[in-house]
Amino acid sequence: MPSRPSARPAVLLASAALLAVAIALSLAVGARPLTLPEVWSGLVDPQAAAFTVVREMRLPRTLLGLAVGAALGLAGGVMQALTRNPLADPGLLGINAGASAAVVSAIAFLGVGSLDGYVWFAFAGAAAVAVGVWAVGGGRSATPGRLALAGAAVNAVLFAYVSAVQLIDSASLEMMRFWTVGSLAAASPSSAARIAPFIAVGLILVAALARPLNALALGDDAARALGARPAAVRVLSIVAITLLCGAATAACGPIVFVGLMVPHLVRPLTGPDLRWLLACSALLAPLILLSADVLGRVLARPGEVQVGIVTAVAGGAFFVYAVRRTRAVAA
Amino acid sequence: MTRLAGTELTLAYERRVIAEGLDVAIPDGSFTVIVGPNACGKSTLLRALARTLRPRSGSVLLDGRDIRTLPSKAVARTLGLLPQTSIAPDGITVADLVARGRYPHQGLLRQWSADDERIVAEAMTATGIAELAESYVDELSGGQRQRVWIAMALAQQTPLLLLDEPTTYLDIAHQLDVLDLCASLHAEQGRTLVAVLHDLNHAARYATHLIAMRDGRIVAEGKPAQIVTTELIGQVFGLPCRIIDDPETGTPLVVPAARRRPL
Amino acid sequence: MTVLRTSEHSLRLRPRALLAGLAILIVAAICGLLLLSTGDYPMSPSAALRAVTGSGTPADAYIVQELRAPRVVTALLAGAALALAGAVFQALVRNPLGSPDVLGFTQGSATGALIAIVVAGGGSVAVAGGALAGGAVTGAVIYLLAVRHGSHGFRLVLVGIGVAAILTGVNGYLLTRAEITDASRAVLWLTGSLDGRGWDDALPLLAALVLTAPAVLFGCSRGLRMLELGDDAATAAGVAVGRLRLALLAAAVLLCAFAAAAAGPVAFVALTAPQVARRLTGDPGPNLLPSLLTGAALMAAADLAAQRLVPGRDLPVGVLTGVLGGAYLIWLLAAGRRRMA
Repeated sequence: MPSRPSARPAVLLASAALLAVAIALSLAVGARPLTLPEVWSGLVDPQAAAFTVVREMRLPRTLLGLAVGAALGLAGGVMQALTRNPLADPGLLGINAGASAAVVSAIAFLGVGSLDGYVWFAFAGAAAVAVGVWAVGGGRSATPGRLALAGAAVNAVLFAYVSAVQLIDSASLEMMRFWTVGSLAAASPSSAARIAPFIAVGLILVAALARPLNALALGDDAARALGARPAAVRVLSIVAITLLCGAATAACGPIVFVGLMVPHLVRPLTGPDLRWLLACSALLAPLILLSADVLGRVLARPGEVQVGIVTAVAGGAFFVYAVRRTRAVAA
Repeated sequence: MTRLAGTELTLAYERRVIAEGLDVAIPDGSFTVIVGPNACGKSTLLRALARTLRPRSGSVLLDGRDIRTLPSKAVARTLGLLPQTSIAPDGITVADLVARGRYPHQGLLRQWSADDERIVAEAMTATGIAELAESYVDELSGGQRQRVWIAMALAQQTPLLLLDEPTTYLDIAHQLDVLDLCASLHAEQGRTLVAVLHDLNHAARYATHLIAMRDGRIVAEGKPAQIVTTELIGQVFGLPCRIIDDPETGTPLVVPAARRRPL
Repeated sequence: MTVLRTSEHSLRLRPRALLAGLAILIVAAICGLLLLSTGDYPMSPSAALRAVTGSGTPADAYIVQELRAPRVVTALLAGAALALAGAVFQALVRNPLGSPDVLGFTQGSATGALIAIVVAGGGSVAVAGGALAGGAVTGAVIYLLAVRHGSHGFRLVLVGIGVAAILTGVNGYLLTRAEITDASRAVLWLTGSLDGRGWDDALPLLAALVLTAPAVLFGCSRGLRMLELGDDAATAAGVAVGRLRLALLAAAVLLCAFAAAAAGPVAFVALTAPQVARRLTGDPGPNLLPSLLTGAALMAAADLAAQRLVPGRDLPVGVLTGVLGGAYLIWLLAAGRRRMA
């Protein structure tokens, strides 16, 4: 369905509306389902019966979902534009796993205890993998297939490594069973607030990079002719991806495929212009993440399925669909 | 006399029908060449005769019997194929690859007889690649590689040999080398050859029996001197031309009409 | 290359491949012996061997025969089965990356096994049957999604990666349903582990290997060698391509499934063993028997390393193969950049 420029604001509004619905669901659904009025009173009235559930469990989780979803969706959009590869995703290419492995190492071997401390390790891990996978995948001439394979290999190695560390040092990692597969249940009341500054900086960077990335999509030479500077754009994009993915993973573990799905779903509606694409992605990605989280809570009541598992299954199916459709993959 | 024939063949790929109700008979002991424009079905017909493509209906007969009812290994001792594209495994030497052509004559306990060794050596000599025996196939040029595949087909020692565009990726000198080799296989060893060629003049020069196809039908067949006429070329290729006698061999030589006069 | 000939028959032998095979066997034997004789209750190698044959002390006999030997045997057999399946797959798909663990078969077998545990409580027959069904269904899915549309090369591998990701997620979910909260059992089904493997895990795998390996090695390897040259060339040489491919796929899925039922979805043995075997033998063909031996040796070595790496802690073998195998894959990609595109 070809997009019409005039439809874009409508798409944006619709996304915002859907996101509001998802937020409401995220606050209402759970082991103890609440009605909307109960949710509202839980939010505003400290004496309400639902106050603890809403303010201390579901609200932090919802806020974290918003922040992490937006971060991953934006990172995915930027990655796909940067590598000109419709199959790029921060989880698939191992960047989230890199952040997670670095955090786990910091906790287990360096005794770093808090999010404020190990988020910096997350950045280091994300950046290292971003550059590494890019290089192994072929650098400038990386094909989508190669990159995905390099990412799969890195994911396998890091998954094994994190599993090993968790088994060796289960004591310190006991409460953090989400370093191999992400979960919003990791949210503490202040998680979202603590990563928000990093995500905000990432967001601002991405907003500034949207137009140069549009130019870069036409090829390095064409971009230079238009006045963009490819090398600077690349470096800044990697910084943005590192900030967004590192912060997201540090707060709730590695989540795959959100960054893959959202730009694909958004592009037919907004067209390839990154300014609209990324704006929409920033709204739609949290929607998807929160929906996955709600689904996880519903599927395994009274327990829950980690959101990372839900996105792996749904996103994996989407990935297969995208692979079959993409001509960019060498048969 | 024909050993290889097709009756009422309907050939198709997935949904695309290439030919319907096609009848063809390969004269025994001939050097048959199939020519025609792109997508006329010549390679498809060859593949059906080689049993690598299953006809949707109709049958291919080898020595009077439906080729599908014969054990594949037995067929492979009678009928050989040089496919259009083949894959050489990484790191394989020329001698190893040619030796694989002996497969239909070998078994679990007959892995490498003295005959096998001799025949492979002869095949490599005949194609002029004997000195390359220990080289790696992926380090050879296109022309050399094609000769290795031909040597492998030769090592199979079949009285009938089908070749699917054996000259397409070669330069002119190598193309003629390959065709001369085919001619000697035909004339000196008495093999029946069926080749699909792109170059009309090569076909006219070397073929003893020419089959011209268009749109899945055989438009004409017979000796080149008899069937290669301006009308036929116009009909099959849509090419206005003149036919003269090749000054070297006396066979028909197609000279396309000039479209723009040189200034 | 040497040839042994009588008037009627001949046998071809490659000296380098024979030497490589022998070396691999020795490595496997050494690892096996170390696994039998070292650990929490160390004994001398000769004592371990005596315990195996039944002439050692009762304590030694118990440790070796009931605890260590089944684990070693499972390691060797699972490694062999995975490697053989990997070699077959890579030759069929004509792509070194087209390995059953990359394409999701081992994870699918684990899914089947987990479903059997959730539904039927999980005796070894149910688990093996579930694993087989899981592997077969995965094969059907990948066939429908990729092979049917003529996707080979990268597209097939990517579809496999997607399927593997889905299945890993599903396995994570099934673990909660199966109420496997014990970390070591969970890790078995997510990464692969030989911890606590007994004779009732090893014997079905042995049966599967004994049934399929000779058929594959002696019946199919020559045909597979021709299949490598392309479908047309193989058909022209007299190979019944369709039947051979189906038979080989069925055998590979069977081997994967039984290996996964016994040891979980151990990663990368199926991918790396055939590659390592090829480099050792120098033979560009399918290298089925060398791969089988290399897989056994690799698995035994990995389990040995996994048990000894961290003092006081047994790591699951899948962790070690994941790290080393993944690193090897990265190296393959980085080094073969130009050739594999």
